[in-house]
Amino acid sequence: MTQASGSGMFIRVEVDEPVASDAAAAKQLAGVCPVDIFEASESGVTIVDKNLDECILCGLCLAVGPAGAVRVAKLYDAGALLVAAV
Amino acid sequence: MRFYEFEAKALLGQAGVPVAKGGTATTSDEAARIAASVGGEVVLKSQVLSGGRMKAGGVKFAATPDEARAAAEHILKLEIGGQMPRCVLIDSKQPVKKEYYAGVIYDAVAKLPVAIFSDMGGIDIEEVAEKNPEHVARVHFSTFQPLQEFKFKELVASLGISGNELNQISRIIARLAKAFLTYGLTLAEINPLAQLEDGSFIALDSHCDMEEEAREQQSAVLDELGIGREETRLARPPTEFEIRGAEVDASDHRGVAGRVVEFDGNLGCVIGAGGGSLTIFDALRKHGGKPANYCEIGGNPSVKKTCELTKLILSKPGVEKICVIMNVVSNTRVDIVARGVIKGVIESGYDPAEKIAIFRIPGSWEEEGYKILEKFGVDYADRTVPMSEAARRAVEKVKA
Repeated sequence: MTQASGSGMFIRVEVDEPVASDAAAAKQLAGVCPVDIFEASESGVTIVDKNLDECILCGLCLAVGPAGAVRVAKLYDAGALLVAAV
Repeated sequence: MRFYEFEAKALLGQAGVPVAKGGTATTSDEAARIAASVGGEVVLKSQVLSGGRMKAGGVKFAATPDEARAAAEHILKLEIGGQMPRCVLIDSKQPVKKEYYAGVIYDAVAKLPVAIFSDMGGIDIEEVAEKNPEHVARVHFSTFQPLQEFKFKELVASLGISGNELNQISRIIARLAKAFLTYGLTLAEINPLAQLEDGSFIALDSHCDMEEEAREQQSAVLDELGIGREETRLARPPTEFEIRGAEVDASDHRGVAGRVVEFDGNLGCVIGAGGGSLTIFDALRKHGGKPANYCEIGGNPSVKKTCELTKLILSKPGVEKICVIMNVVSNTRVDIVARGVIKGVIESGYDPAEKIAIFRIPGSWEEEGYKILEKFGVDYADRTVPMSEAARRAVEKVKA
């Protein structure tokens, strides 16, 4: 169940519940993203659309919350999902 | 960065090059006072960063302070090459017996400074080199080893000069070379280097350019000369296109995507990588291309910054296509540049497949970059295609 999402020209990011509305997880997402795709508030996370295409595919956000709760899709690659580095 | 003549005179004077007694004035009364203190006949020269002063009436002689006042009044109001003078330089007029040329520039091919000497001074050295090459001598010298004056003696002697004249001229060239190295110059020139009636030598006109990157290191010298950091001293004022390029570059701290120079061709250039811009620009011209701009990208600029640079280049009237070429990159991501360029093309209302003549950036994250280019149908080349060949292909596409 996707709660927060956004699409750029190249990158789409989705965050599922309950991670999306969890203030602590939102803060973590905002903290790990080097290009400010996530904005944290008390009510959860918001995707900053204008920064989506700046995504450097580092995968740090994928480690926040349970596996698969945060997804980064490469729209230029038939929507292939970014895989978390082990 | 260019220096006015009075600044070049100060720099060379500090280095021990003999220069004429004089001063600068911004008012005609001040000019008259300086002329009186110098004594005798003086020459007044407009201080503009432009050639052709004599022809334009920016150089005048005066026998008395009153004549100097009148000459300064005329010169200070005179626009030369689109520039109003910074001030007027008043120098004592010298009894000249013969004029020579002495200069030091950087030879980018030899990767060494080269001292140039001619016994035909007072005219353009390029003209002398073309029409009377036997009157021009050159010698390279090291930037690491201590200056060896004998090299400059050999240089001057090679044009048949000997005795006291040889000693005096070679000493002046050695000091010119020292100034070149000490002040981070790209050009140090004395033209004419005059031999006076009494046999002594003096720099009658001098010209110095400082390497832009040396400004920080030379800040004390620049402060002493009263040159502020805001003074760019470029060969010409930046165009609107160039100003907007600088704004794009300054808009984000990540990487470089800007530093554009405007030309009037039809092929927009998104080029860069460790001197790659110059190589690619030359290759485009060698293959008959007409670049619309020079630019530098590198250091991993953001998608937004590359996008804005692309949009700026495409907004230039007459640009038919753009070429995106870099050397093999390690500190710039191919996929990030690809995103930025494609986004810029699309936001400008064009089809990337049509508008991008070629994309040739191999290196870091290239597989991801090539996926992006394939998705948008952009013609791309990998590292097996040399930059020159990529440039040729881009030129051919524009011609087609």
